Amino acid sequence: MDIRELQGYASFFMTIFLVVILYSYIVYLYKSEKKGEKDYEKYGNIALDDEITSTPIEHNPKSQSEKKELNK
Amino acid sequence: MQSNAALEYDYSVAKLFTYTTILFGFLGMLIGTLIAAQLAFPELNYLMGEYGTFSRLRPLHTNIVVYGFTVSGVFATFYYSAQRVLKVSMAESKFLMFVGKLQFVLYVILALAMVVSLLMGFSSSKEYAEMEWPLDVLTVLVWVLWGVAMFGLIGIRREKSLYISLWYFIACFLGVAMLYLFNNMEVPTYLASGGLGNIMHSVSMYAGTNDALVQWWWGHNAVAFVFTVPIIAMIYYFLPKESGQAIYSYKLSLLSFWGLMFVYLWAGSHHLLWSTVPDWMQSMGSIFSVVLILPSWGSAINMLLTMKGEWNQLTENPLIKFMVLASTFYMLSTLEGPIQAIKSVNAIAHFTDWIPGHVHDGVLGWVAFMIMASLFHMAPRMYKREIYSKKLMEAQFWLQITAVVLYFTSMWIAGITQGMMWRAVDEYGNLMYSFIDTVAVLNPYYTIRALAGVLYLTGFLMFAYNMYKTMTISRKLEVEPQFRSPMA
Repeated sequence: MDIRELQGYASFFMTIFLVVILYSYIVYLYKSEKKGEKDYEKYGNIALDDEITSTPIEHNPKSQSEKKELNK
Repeated sequence: MQSNAALEYDYSVAKLFTYTTILFGFLGMLIGTLIAAQLAFPELNYLMGEYGTFSRLRPLHTNIVVYGFTVSGVFATFYYSAQRVLKVSMAESKFLMFVGKLQFVLYVILALAMVVSLLMGFSSSKEYAEMEWPLDVLTVLVWVLWGVAMFGLIGIRREKSLYISLWYFIACFLGVAMLYLFNNMEVPTYLASGGLGNIMHSVSMYAGTNDALVQWWWGHNAVAFVFTVPIIAMIYYFLPKESGQAIYSYKLSLLSFWGLMFVYLWAGSHHLLWSTVPDWMQSMGSIFSVVLILPSWGSAINMLLTMKGEWNQLTENPLIKFMVLASTFYMLSTLEGPIQAIKSVNAIAHFTDWIPGHVHDGVLGWVAFMIMASLFHMAPRMYKREIYSKKLMEAQFWLQITAVVLYFTSMWIAGITQGMMWRAVDEYGNLMYSFIDTVAVLNPYYTIRALAGVLYLTGFLMFAYNMYKTMTISRKLEVEPQFRSPMA
């Protein structure tokens, strides 16, 4: 088996591997939402409610202003 | 850090890049129209000596519209929307503001150096990577500064989750950084030889087929990470915001993102079908190109479904018209590309006018429409004035749609005719047509294309005028509009 043939097989099996990962990701997305662990659709509101004074959809605990709020 | 009460988003860097988007958009499209006319009327090649020939102006056109117009549009929309989806202002960090402004200054120097050096004839002769090595070094610097601003803003964000647009902006940053570095590995001959030849000249570190492969790995992914990924970032923010409708399916947007990232990088070798690259690699390029329809249509359908139940906005708001048509042209273009990448179709399509036809229904219909719509949406928020004229925007829309349709239909006919004539043989196997026979047949289609260019350029001038009037004399707004952009 020469190097070109090896490259071909490597490309093929890597593709299969990545396809499996991608499909697993789809299953994960839908399962986690069905079980109530995640709610992906709420993130769509980040674009709609985007004033600087708006309440974040999920607060970033590392944010400087958040730290100030917590220290109050 | 200031208190939240006085805090506002700071659009100074976004505004600066808005100006360069308009300037380079006009310049790039003007040159594009001129070279389209040169193909129809060859005497136009001799207007300015060596500086006016098609061969000198064609790379100038592509580089200005890609790295001048589109990349400026990407930076402008990034500096506008990233602040908003992260809920953090540029004004909160003096360092990030400095980085943003420094990036703009270096970018302008780079863009001007690019225009002058290409006009002077300095070129690495790699398509869409013509800039010579000193400019490549400056490009890296500008790009790194963008990265610092991007990850700096992310670092001080209030919103923990990164909105999908930011995923795409990050992908644009990383994708271009990786591919640009690999493709522009070159040896400056002056330095390597100890002072021989021109200091601007360089040779690629790759040779022959390898060079071609790396070149098209970059070339096609410039389409992916400059013409697709950041434009999807724009539509995922601006369409929901303008229409007041959240993305139809956020999950589908995530899935399409990973699908696109996974597939796009492997499709570049479809530019080298029927060439000296290994056969399996050509097949891989073909197959991945066809698979690309799935994530591309995933994003486009997601965008169209976002308008579900709100289709009346299409007739009421010309900005929605621009964005929905952009999404539709994205669908058309991402179906046409895979068809061209099928080996048997490519045997006819390769090197013909169908290829620039395909590119332009993507860039005129998808990229430029989306950039102009985004800037129109940003203008009332950045300048606190309503958009100057709805009628002018409507007229621009119809003029430019006509131009795009004329462009791609004429190039479809020209391309297929050209491909068939090149392959036609008589009963003895001799070629039936010489090259000049094809040129004579194609001339009317080249004329139609030049006319399309004039129409599109006129539409762009209407856009620039509308933006200028919006910035300067349009009615002032007391309150920032939440969704639909106000227009007179």
